[in-house]
Amino acid sequence: MKRRILFLTLAAIGILFVMPLLVMLVASFMGVKELTATYGGVLGADKEGVSFVLLPRCPTLRAYIELLFDSPGFFVMFWNSCKQVFPVLAGQLLVAVPAAWAFGQYEFKGKKVLYFVYMILMIMPFQVTMVSSYLVLSKTELLDTHWAVILPGVFSAFPVFILTKFFKSVPRALMEAARVDGATDLQIFLRIGLPLGYPGILSVMILGFLEYWNAIEQPMTFLQDKELWPLSLYLPQITADKMSVSFVASVVMMVPAVLIFVFGQKYLEEGIAASGLKG
Amino acid sequence: MRPQISSASRKPILRSKGKGGKRRNPAWRFLLPSLLGTSIFILIPFGDVVRRSFTEAFSGAFVGIENYKTVFANEAFTLAMKNTLRFLFICIPLLLVSSLVLSLAVGRMGRAKRVFQASFLIPMAVPVVSVVLFWQLVFDRGGYLNQILSVFGAQPIDWMNEDTAFGVLVFCYLWKNIGYFVVLWLAGLGAIPKSYYEAARVDGANGWKCFRYITLPQLVPTLFMVTILAFVNSFKVFREAYLIAGDYPHESIYLLQHLFNNWFASLDVQKMSTAAVVLAVVISALICVLLLLERKIGSED
Repeated sequence: MKRRILFLTLAAIGILFVMPLLVMLVASFMGVKELTATYGGVLGADKEGVSFVLLPRCPTLRAYIELLFDSPGFFVMFWNSCKQVFPVLAGQLLVAVPAAWAFGQYEFKGKKVLYFVYMILMIMPFQVTMVSSYLVLSKTELLDTHWAVILPGVFSAFPVFILTKFFKSVPRALMEAARVDGATDLQIFLRIGLPLGYPGILSVMILGFLEYWNAIEQPMTFLQDKELWPLSLYLPQITADKMSVSFVASVVMMVPAVLIFVFGQKYLEEGIAASGLKG
Repeated sequence: MRPQISSASRKPILRSKGKGGKRRNPAWRFLLPSLLGTSIFILIPFGDVVRRSFTEAFSGAFVGIENYKTVFANEAFTLAMKNTLRFLFICIPLLLVSSLVLSLAVGRMGRAKRVFQASFLIPMAVPVVSVVLFWQLVFDRGGYLNQILSVFGAQPIDWMNEDTAFGVLVFCYLWKNIGYFVVLWLAGLGAIPKSYYEAARVDGANGWKCFRYITLPQLVPTLFMVTILAFVNSFKVFREAYLIAGDYPHESIYLLQHLFNNWFASLDVQKMSTAAVVLAVVISALICVLLLLERKIGSED
């Protein structure tokens, strides 16, 4: 009995958590008339209040078609998002993975201090480092280019921090054995480190994607030119202009992130768990 | 061959020869790109930021703590600092406790555990900008929340434009983060050896006693990192605040993040530098307190 009450409570909370997604999804299949009738009160039409609809009365793909064929702005911004997110991830692969390998597998002078610096950098909010990054970006004339968002993202401390915990669990005896067989440090990293660390690398990539697909602060600060804005920042402007596509645009923006979540949940959870490990 | 390997695993022999016969640790080669980038984009310019916080904007002359006096006398700054601290001290404990309770409940669910975990975690995957519309539907004057409350005879409230805006922000933060922290706690809970509980059961300990004397103390090491992550994520609540309420929201949720943005818009580098230094110092102090607390609790065990 007690267990059943607990189950039902959890189920209710679970539904509450998924509710926003469901409402958005349902609304994305509505026609303009139904949208206005249901949500017009909030979205600007002269109507009082919103009503709750479980399923659209006459579901239509009209809004999707309008978004895909009649909203060039949406594509530009979607593309901008891709141009910023994937280079950040690629850069993190090249920069953060080797750095984490060094922290996880080697002993060297100043390691503790350096790792502590990375931890502090991970903790500091964007606002602390934004002036510093701005000064460099403006001196190198990278402001108002995609690089202004990409470069500071590549050197984020968070992936180094999480990956170090994954690489620490690779037994060092493996590296010693390979060295006895005459492997160089680089070969060991490529042939042992990467294959054994790939769950960690995957989870860092997933966490990174979710973070930068959702970027607001960085593009808002470093990109004055709205033509360069990613979808995560520009979407409200699309929805303000065209109520008919507002829900569809939100849903399409959500789809890549939710897909990655569904297929990568295992790695995502491993990454989260690793971020909670001490040391 | 064997004994050689095992003795080597203790002492690093991982050195290659650098220039001039000097032995250089190969670790630096792996670290170099990251160190270089971090120095160029963050560490070195932050030194410049510290310098600017002590100088005048145009002449560049040293002015001592003049900038700090200006910043601390600034009403927007004190309001934003106050709001941000209030948000942190309310949100972080609330998040930690509610996610711990949920993780204890989810942990007992057996087969349904994965489904619950997924449904709590999915908000962290959803871009803020995608759900902003939904929050507007809920918290608008004519929105769902007021409609539900009107059943009980409550007067409609414009949630985002009154003191209640703070509560809305707390709610959005919890919605987005609880799943992440349930996973964190579950990892911590999973690391507690089952034998502890079995032994306690044999001694006749009930559920509450097990929680109080086994679970809680065993979670202390997890608590440190979990608190830090809750702090890190709490600064990102600006996304919700900004997308729902814009540059100048209701004053109960005017946060440091808004202030930085607005100073940035007027390119007030001196003020921003000073405030960044103040923020960095305050956060470092908070981390030190946490570290000390952790040491103290750890040494008591």
